[in-house]
Amino acid sequence: MSTADTQNKVGTTGLLGWIDARFPLTKMMREHVTEYYAPKNFNFWYYFGSLALVVLVLQIVSGIFLTMNYKPSAEGAFASVEYIMRDVDWGWLIRYMHSTGASAFFIVVYLHMFRGLIYGSYKNPRELLWIFGMLIYLCLMAEAFMGYLLPWGNMSYWGAQVITSLFGAIPYVGTSLLEWIRGDYYISDITLNRFFALHVIALPLALVFLVVAHILALHEVGSNNPDGVEIKKKKGADGKPLDGIPFHPYYTVKDLMGFVAFAIVFALIVFFAPTVGGYFLEAANFDPANRLQTPEHIAPVWYFTPYYAILRAIPNKLFGVIGMGAGVMIFFFLPWLDRSPVKSIRYRGGLYKTFIGIFVISFLMLGYLGLHPATTTNTYLSRVFSILYFAFFILMPWYSKVDRTKPVPDRVTFHAH
Amino acid sequence: MSAEADQVDGGRRHFLLVATSAVGAVGAVATAVPFLASWRPSARAKALGGPVEADISKLQVGELMKVEWRGQAIYVVRRSEAMIAKLASNKANLRDPDSAESDQPDFAKNEARALKPEYLVLVGVCTHLGCAPLGKFEPGDATVAADWPGGFYCPCHGSKFDLAGRVFKDVPAPLNLTVPPYSFGPNNTLIIGVATGAA
Repeated sequence: MSTADTQNKVGTTGLLGWIDARFPLTKMMREHVTEYYAPKNFNFWYYFGSLALVVLVLQIVSGIFLTMNYKPSAEGAFASVEYIMRDVDWGWLIRYMHSTGASAFFIVVYLHMFRGLIYGSYKNPRELLWIFGMLIYLCLMAEAFMGYLLPWGNMSYWGAQVITSLFGAIPYVGTSLLEWIRGDYYISDITLNRFFALHVIALPLALVFLVVAHILALHEVGSNNPDGVEIKKKKGADGKPLDGIPFHPYYTVKDLMGFVAFAIVFALIVFFAPTVGGYFLEAANFDPANRLQTPEHIAPVWYFTPYYAILRAIPNKLFGVIGMGAGVMIFFFLPWLDRSPVKSIRYRGGLYKTFIGIFVISFLMLGYLGLHPATTTNTYLSRVFSILYFAFFILMPWYSKVDRTKPVPDRVTFHAH
Repeated sequence: MSAEADQVDGGRRHFLLVATSAVGAVGAVATAVPFLASWRPSARAKALGGPVEADISKLQVGELMKVEWRGQAIYVVRRSEAMIAKLASNKANLRDPDSAESDQPDFAKNEARALKPEYLVLVGVCTHLGCAPLGKFEPGDATVAADWPGGFYCPCHGSKFDLAGRVFKDVPAPLNLTVPPYSFGPNNTLIIGVATGAA
């Protein structure tokens, strides 16, 4: 047999050579890992992308093992979760990893998004990368919401009741749409069963697909960095960016360090405070679902509360739902709302810094207000912060344009350690 | 290769491409229909949504009874004369006092929103986002407001309704509480799910 038809383009030999002639293993490794050049000035904020990937794997693995003992029926769901917690060997650990993982996912994703915000990572040429990221975020919200119904606790039940009711606000088709989503006249066994199917198959598949698209888009345009300088513009004689270093080993090692720190905090929560005082697992969810009894105070889990506060702030059902939806969807338009000639906050002026400060305070305050009962003062505050929240986006075309920016350097700023 | 084989009939290719795509798209939509339709309430879910009967002979004046119908709590309140008399005074503070936009059978489109004013029958689901409103029948109940006339209060988002389930202004709920179809049967029974007298 001639070696000609099995020779590969990457010059590997032996078993790897055999594989490379048939599958682009080395080619892909080089393109995405060992010869993917990332800017050398990444800082703390650049841990959260890889951590999000770690949490995704953790959720998939712990989720698969939970389904082995979980029963997706109104009759058996609550009891099967108790069974996992009490009778299955290490079941409590797997379940707490999954429940803590849900909150951890949102923590790292919010920090990852904030990084994109301050360094202008959504700007040209990374618009599509940002859109894929936003789709991941939407998928994640749906995944978390549906997963929350599965333990069939009373908060699960009423949370699903409130959120599915949002669709009832749509004029004309609302009621039939609601029955279509629930598959019944109320949240029932049928609803639980379909949410289970979506939570364990449909949405995770979509998530994995979107994550792949997100990474492919990233590797096509290249990573942004804290200076917002395009490293591809300054290349050395070898054609590699002067300010770039191979992702492996430099950033694999850095991310590994980040993972260790993350894992320590994660383990502390799982072992010593899995409910985090009712923030990760709400107290009312330790009672089984009771459709004739609403919990004293319904609040979603912390990661949805900023939007929930916007919903409650608006004294009109349909506009409340629209406001809540707009609060999420408006992120999609960031690449086109931002008219600044610079990307990074380092070279932006005081106007932008003021607005992003207001945005962060509004987001946190709305998150806080959404967790607490809708008293008169709270509703008033929610309105103020909702307006400020939207002002950050709506006024962006103006303030990002008139803001006094600083000159951006040709190369990234980097101090060797 | 002959010269004839190299000739590409562009028009024909274009036609075939469009025709194939169109037929494929129709097929895809037609295939989606059964999948989407499978999400509608099943025959069993519809059957379980049939009418229910409740004994109201033991219900005292000023009391609330909950009956389950279609997985929802149906509130049955036996109102006192004073409670009924007070309804007219709420009118100025209500969003939909005449129940013009709200959901109820025709027989309940009146001030008391009832077939017999003494018995108030409501779906115990807030028209805002589906929480269960609480019965706060005592006027001036400190947990609601000092000038509270008595009615229903939703603990989730603070919506308020009067003792006929009519929504007050400046709360998130858009409509009055829904009145389900119901009728009275023999021996002090209430039949929920059927609006006519037939049991």
